[in-house]
Amino acid sequence: MPETVELTVNGTRLEVPFGSTVAVAVAIAGVACRTSVTGEPRGPLCGMGVCFECRVSINGVPHSRSCQVVCAADMEVITDC
Amino acid sequence: MTRKAQKRFDVLVIGGGPAGMAAAATTAECGLRTAVVDDNLNLGGQIWRGDSQASAPADAAQWASRVQSAGVTILAGARVVHQLEPGILIAETENEVYELAYSTLVLATGARERFLPFPGWTLPNVMGAGGLQAMVKAGLPIRGKRVVVAGTGPLLLAAASYLQKHGAEIPVVCEQASWVDLARFGLALFGQSGKLRRSLQLKRELARVPFVVDSWPVGAHGQTVLESVLISRHGRVETIPCDYLACGFHLVPNIELAQLIGCQILNGCVRVDDLQQTSVPSVFCAGEPTGIGGLELALVEGQIAGFAVANRPADAQRLFGSRDKLRHFARALDRAFRLRCELRRLPLPETIVCRCEDVTHRKLSQHNSWRAAKLHTRCGMGPCQGRICGPATQFLFRWNPDSVRPPIFPARVESLASMSPHLEPEPAEPIHSAMIGGQ
Amino acid sequence: MSVASYDVAIVGGGIVGAACADEFARRGMRVVVVERDVVGSGATGAGMGHIVTMDDSDAQFALTRYSQKLWQALRPELPEDVEYEQCGTVWVAADDEEMHEVWRKQEYYSRRGVPVEVLDSAKLQAAEPNLRSGMVGGLLVPEDGVLYPPCAARFLMERAQANGAKLYPGASVSQIGQRRVRMSEGEEIGADIIVNATGSCSPSLTAGLEVRKRKGHLAITERYKGFLHHQLVELGYLKSAHTLTTESVAFNVQPRRTGQILIGSSRQFGAEHKEVENEIMVRMLQRAQQYMPQLGELLIVRTWTGFRAATPDKLPLIGPSTQDQSVFLATGHEGLGITTSLGTARLLVDLVDGREPAIPVEPYLPSRSVKEHAHA
Repeated sequence: MPETVELTVNGTRLEVPFGSTVAVAVAIAGVACRTSVTGEPRGPLCGMGVCFECRVSINGVPHSRSCQVVCAADMEVITDC
Repeated sequence: MTRKAQKRFDVLVIGGGPAGMAAAATTAECGLRTAVVDDNLNLGGQIWRGDSQASAPADAAQWASRVQSAGVTILAGARVVHQLEPGILIAETENEVYELAYSTLVLATGARERFLPFPGWTLPNVMGAGGLQAMVKAGLPIRGKRVVVAGTGPLLLAAASYLQKHGAEIPVVCEQASWVDLARFGLALFGQSGKLRRSLQLKRELARVPFVVDSWPVGAHGQTVLESVLISRHGRVETIPCDYLACGFHLVPNIELAQLIGCQILNGCVRVDDLQQTSVPSVFCAGEPTGIGGLELALVEGQIAGFAVANRPADAQRLFGSRDKLRHFARALDRAFRLRCELRRLPLPETIVCRCEDVTHRKLSQHNSWRAAKLHTRCGMGPCQGRICGPATQFLFRWNPDSVRPPIFPARVESLASMSPHLEPEPAEPIHSAMIGGQ
Repeated sequence: MSVASYDVAIVGGGIVGAACADEFARRGMRVVVVERDVVGSGATGAGMGHIVTMDDSDAQFALTRYSQKLWQALRPELPEDVEYEQCGTVWVAADDEEMHEVWRKQEYYSRRGVPVEVLDSAKLQAAEPNLRSGMVGGLLVPEDGVLYPPCAARFLMERAQANGAKLYPGASVSQIGQRRVRMSEGEEIGADIIVNATGSCSPSLTAGLEVRKRKGHLAITERYKGFLHHQLVELGYLKSAHTLTTESVAFNVQPRRTGQILIGSSRQFGAEHKEVENEIMVRMLQRAQQYMPQLGELLIVRTWTGFRAATPDKLPLIGPSTQDQSVFLATGHEGLGITTSLGTARLLVDLVDGREPAIPVEPYLPSRSVKEHAHA
């Protein structure tokens, strides 16, 4: 089992511990997950997939709940969608 | 493109937390073809949420092992979105949609944290108590970070202990309940040896963490992320610089699926009889949706439901005593962590209440009902479907919630478009008529 | 049993009732509106909120175009939450027969001063890249728009209230007639004129009205900015709207200012309950996917239903009731309630006022003999 996983967040390559969720990767990257309707930066609130604040685009699929997705090698994560 | 699969089981369990695992292991061990459906990637629900770095608690591992050995089918990463017809549920995963047919359904959908709005609560790094714990379990680095824990309920101490163990610095834990409430709750613990032991252990672990009562957050400050929290303490407001705020106000049952199916709901909980059967034939419910009661109660109710489904009433009845005792505790829990009215005054007019649609408290105050507010402000019309703002507005404005409509979770167009036409219904087996005859 | 007295009592606080209240109040009359639930919570709250010109008949065209112009004039005063967007409509032709219809509409609208543009296959694809390729073409009607109806109804109602109109929300009416509105609780309101603007429920207050409930289903997605630019309607929509008996679905999608996509449409007679029906939802979504395959991947956040008020000749009832001198009707708007609400209000108040209406009212009078109108 590898120790880490490499993926990109907003084009920047990032290495995170194996088993981390995408929400964690975004947090480690130091960016918010999304921008709200009135322009506020937002990140995970509930941590269990019901609040939808952690939405990002994963491999081109928008509105993915990043707290429910485990990082996979070469994933492309784009925030603010 | 989505793949569609149709599956059939004797017993379908929705939710893979303690109640779901207990029910599924029980029915499968009795020879019934059983499946568990859960949105999360691993079993355990929230309280036994998989820790990517540590190992599971002993009882969690035990139940997981029983579920495995009994041959339960696990449908992970799947969320139920709709009911095709009585007896068939539709669940969606990243790439597939399932039509899941069952003879008996067990709803073990658990609970979620209750969030109350206060100025600044939408800042990144303000999370639930369970929410932050879940993120740390999922790999969020917390060592050396300052975390203020606030809100109400036993989850606060459990989360604080976990976070501390992983290196977080906890300046304070703020509980909105009063000493009197907590003392009464403490008395209730005396009847429950396991819980008492755990509580004392938590106390020891958190010995150096200040624990204050009659205290709650009144504001969160920061530019783009949280930088400090304002805490009210006996009328005074203190500013505490921190990296995270782990704040949740106890739990609310996840009853959306029960409502969709037509189960009778009372005071926000699913009504069940002695055998955990709901008002809908062949539909059972166990754990938090029947009333927030914690881990042990969920396990007991799950087993009772399992035995009832498997037509083993004697085995079910043997657990009634434990259930009674644990329900007594659940009632104490309810009373102890009631929300105080000061919390209604936390939001300012411009504080956002509905996070999906950024609807402010001021906008909501112009309406007299959830329905009116929803229609005119779109509060509750976002992807969370009212799961976050619903309980908040129920408390803030004393509004009653609406009925549910499908999908009970956002679902792809193609999933809903692929629902099959009417299937030949299987003859319903009256499993329980013998047991319930006495009612 | 108190008796309050007004010039006009309007029963029904949907978009039509609100528009009427606004117009009556503006002309200085003492108005009361009685609404059994919340303003805009009936068909107004369920509908797609489009502002369109339609050409099923000359009378329908006249009313929709008149009313659309009124909306355009009102636009600068509409608050943000009404979300008025002039996104335009594109009528989509999937085959040559439908393309023929495009040219017919082009001629009809152009003759009457409605700006339209015929799009060939390439232009259509450029205008809406997510439409399935292979469409023959379409008709762009750039002056059509969409808005969020509950807030529009609320705006009109609040303007009426600013001019002195009274609103009784959460109040049910059991009977109207002879200058009296009787509430379910027994209270009575006296008014010289009573307007029945209760939509699909209007026959329960005015016996014998040929207004039938026509159920519709809708779904709305998450936010996908840029996915859809115009309201899109299949030309088969007309076949659906025309059918008086069977259930039908037609492709009709709308971009909201929020970036959400509103997906419709369906029509059924005979359904009395509000439940979402799986068979209809499936057919509607499949039809939508046939026109826009990429729609399949979008997340649906909500589905719901509503009841249109349908008349046999597809024209609303605007004017004095044939049964009671004090009762006026403003109902039966089927799928054009939002569009024609403002026009309806003007015509109705002109009739009451004795003023010359801007367009002939005969086609909408309740006293007309209602019979099926074949498509011209």
